[in-house]
Amino acid sequence: MSAGPAIAHAPVRVKIEPSHGWLDLGLAEVWEYRDLLGFLVWRDVKVRYKQTLLGVAWVAIQPAFTAVLFAILLGRIANLPSEGVPYVAFVFGALLPWQLFATALLRAGTSLVGNAALLTKVYFPRLIIPLAAVLGGVVDFVVSLAVMAVLMAHYRIAPGWPVALLPVFALMALVTALAVGVWLAALNVRFRDVQQVIPFLVQVWMFASPVVYSAGVVPNGPWRIVYGLNPLTGVIQGFRWALFGTAPPGGLMAVSFAAVVILLVLGVAFFRRLEDTFADVV
Amino acid sequence: MSGPAIRAHGLSKRYRIGAARYRATTLKDAIPHALTAPYRVLSRLAGRGPGRRAASELIWALEDVSFEVGHGEAVGIIGRNGAGKSTLLKILSRITRPTSGWAQIDGRVGSLLEVGTGFHPELTGRDNIFLNGAILGMRRVEIERRFDEIVAFSEIEKFLDTPVKHYSSGMYVRLAFAVAAHLEHEILIVDEVLAVGDAAFQKKCLGKMGEVGRQGRTVLFVSHNMAAVESLCPRAILLEGGRIGSSGDSRSVVTRYLSTGVVKDVNPLLDCERTGNGKVRITEIAVEDRSASRQTFARSGEPLTVTLRFENHGCAPTDRVSCGFSVHTDRGVAVFHYYSHFSGVSFANLPPRGEFRCRVPGLPLAPGQYLLMTRVVLNGDHVTGVEADFPAAQVPLSVVGADFYGTGSSQLSEWGPVLVKGEWTLSER
Repeated sequence: MSAGPAIAHAPVRVKIEPSHGWLDLGLAEVWEYRDLLGFLVWRDVKVRYKQTLLGVAWVAIQPAFTAVLFAILLGRIANLPSEGVPYVAFVFGALLPWQLFATALLRAGTSLVGNAALLTKVYFPRLIIPLAAVLGGVVDFVVSLAVMAVLMAHYRIAPGWPVALLPVFALMALVTALAVGVWLAALNVRFRDVQQVIPFLVQVWMFASPVVYSAGVVPNGPWRIVYGLNPLTGVIQGFRWALFGTAPPGGLMAVSFAAVVILLVLGVAFFRRLEDTFADVV
Repeated sequence: MSGPAIRAHGLSKRYRIGAARYRATTLKDAIPHALTAPYRVLSRLAGRGPGRRAASELIWALEDVSFEVGHGEAVGIIGRNGAGKSTLLKILSRITRPTSGWAQIDGRVGSLLEVGTGFHPELTGRDNIFLNGAILGMRRVEIERRFDEIVAFSEIEKFLDTPVKHYSSGMYVRLAFAVAAHLEHEILIVDEVLAVGDAAFQKKCLGKMGEVGRQGRTVLFVSHNMAAVESLCPRAILLEGGRIGSSGDSRSVVTRYLSTGVVKDVNPLLDCERTGNGKVRITEIAVEDRSASRQTFARSGEPLTVTLRFENHGCAPTDRVSCGFSVHTDRGVAVFHYYSHFSGVSFANLPPRGEFRCRVPGLPLAPGQYLLMTRVVLNGDHVTGVEADFPAAQVPLSVVGADFYGTGSSQLSEWGPVLVKGEWTLSER
């Protein structure tokens, strides 16, 4: 045994009380546990493709296959417009942020229940769990991005300067998933109905976002505003803008994103409010 | 650091014990359940129907528990299942919140409520050391620094890069404990983790726990192993029905726990089958410890007095009476028989009521559950004498570990019911 801890920790004094106020988001403590967050993300990624023949290749195969399917069904047969971009690339450009968002949301929503054994045996800031679930998809996203690069090289599409904003749009997709995910995760602990609803929600959300079609097909008018308030509309338009130079996302994106940030802050506060009961209820 | 490491004040925790959550196991069950779910939720929200919870469904798992633990102190928490031990540890580990009361904790808390929490079967031993370490609250640098020690302690060097799903359960547990044993937190909360692995590894774990205590770290230790509590923790707290039943030096708290333990139910000797002519009748078997107070348990190596209470139903004053008792393992195997005439003692002039007392200076029994039986013979030995009374009743006796060898350690052989001590020497031939 060594003489004692060589790492100096700030003196920790914790007071354990029945409950705390609404507005303590506990983000400092999440930062304290960043190593755990890292290990949980790493575990998810490492475990996901264990004992598969193709391993990490699945990351690229899934969206590529989906894009080809959509291209045949919707581009060739239904002949949907694609703003002058080859339809496969057009759909794949939207599937990138969409998959990032959808998998993050699906995983985050069921993350607490899926980690019930941890919740009842160890203490750590519970927010780590949905956070790790959301970040787990980033590796997949990066691999898919490489596939996109190959696709663009094939079609000889060169992106302009907006491509530098790609990470910003990706981050927006993640923040949106987290904002919705913390609500669903916390509710799912008590009401398992939530995990039945999430796949349905994701499906509806996909058709409410310009994944397989161009945002331009939505007619002007009040519905156009409602449509623009979907944060994924802005994210997907942003992706296409960054990659193919199509129409940039409109001003409504700022509004929807402000709404997402508010939803996130409220969601984290709600989550913190309920987190004391997770171990007792899950 | 000044002040106590842990200060708990009026900690209470209330649980709802409504009907256990319904879990459908078949589709046939699931469908009607799902169809009626909205109704149940609505009626619960409206405060009516079967979903409503009555006050009687609330139980206090912990009620008004207050105590302090100083820095560097090792305190044992004992009590029956359901006494609130786990709830207390969960509150102090911040897994759940108290319903009322508060606790203040001065230092980083590492809690080991279950070994191997968060182990992933698909990951290798190496990966799981890092993952589990992080889950238990270690920083990456700490794990890296202790990595070699953890591997050496776990004895799984050769399988470090094998997924743990291929481990034997023993290897799995050793690795899990090794990670937990190398936590560097100032305060350790340990729940029954020693009940794992084979005897040799348990011993190693106990040694490690003792080491942790000597390093001046604060330890809260929950166990059903009374010998371990006594040897590791100078002080103990007994929880009874969610409240503190007793607190103080661990020996007396353990004694209190064990003696309130066995319910004083009907005396098995009062109404049992028996053989013999009935001139002497044993009515009760009792044991007393060295302080001459009656107990339902005994300690290895310590003085024990066996008392056989009798009634005289017509013995002649000249009848020579030899009484004896025997000890059997809980599987019914005889460990020893001891009649008074073995020591050349027989009794005459029996009073109408009285007690035979036999003082054993050092009990040679290993910790465990035993059964006491008794038999009385007249005018002869156990073979030739006339049987006066032989009740079929078996009186339970639990023996707990103690400092049998006088070395300050309560480590005892568990391979057999009898303990022996002697003198060891070395000589050259």
